[in-house]
Amino acid sequence: MKALQIIETAYRGTLEEQDDTIIWLTHSMRDAGAELSVLLTGNAVNYAVKGQDASGLSFGDWKQTNPPRIEAELEKLIGKGVPVYAVRDDIDRRGLGKVAKVTGVQLVARNALAALLEAHDLVWHW
Amino acid sequence: MSNPKTLAFAIMDPPFESARSTTFFRLLEIAAGRGYNLNVFAYEGGVHLSFEQQKAHGNGVHGTDVETEHHPLPKIWVGEIIATAKKNGGAVNWVNCGLCADERGIDKVVEGVRRGGPADFWKLAAASDNSLVIGTR
Repeated sequence: MKALQIIETAYRGTLEEQDDTIIWLTHSMRDAGAELSVLLTGNAVNYAVKGQDASGLSFGDWKQTNPPRIEAELEKLIGKGVPVYAVRDDIDRRGLGKVAKVTGVQLVARNALAALLEAHDLVWHW
Repeated sequence: MSNPKTLAFAIMDPPFESARSTTFFRLLEIAAGRGYNLNVFAYEGGVHLSFEQQKAHGNGVHGTDVETEHHPLPKIWVGEIIATAKKNGGAVNWVNCGLCADERGIDKVVEGVRRGGPADFWKLAAASDNSLVIGTR
């Protein structure tokens, strides 16, 4: 059984959770043996951009010492054998076409999504 | 500041679910740092922000123990906002909607947070120079 995790809402609670919750969940399930893929669509295609820095959050004397490192988490997911796709149309629409991306992220055209979804037994659109 | 402004905020969002709660705290800190008085009304899921039972945890996926992970806890941020306001000559009047807290079992909150009713936001806004509702989705 293979499931496709579709992430569309970007940076949803990521500073507080120190991660994207669905990328984190994908790690956890993959570590338990699940066969998963990730599709970044909408604003979440920005997760594939290299050079993100979410450090610096502080309130009063409290300072965040371990900020989210989403691009690193994506790289680790790919390293664990989880294919990570990003919708090329959404990347282009946001002017990110020529921006450096996380190595291994596969760009897929929106009109090719049907085949990608069809290649999975389960599709989870978070 | 001899004549500090008073600002009212309302938030419905719980922590850990969106960027709105973090943004909300950023705005509070700026205002607190300027010596403003803050009237805060936490409605519905927003009552979770000050829940005293929040607990930090390590993270197996990140390979961190509880100390290294240093997990953010909004209840601590509430305390920091209150302290920052006080240090700069302001004050925070933080009201949790009591009914919202009851239906969620939020019976323990950090110091400086009090229980109120739904109409308190009206009173807080009326006693403020301006008000902002953190819109939810």
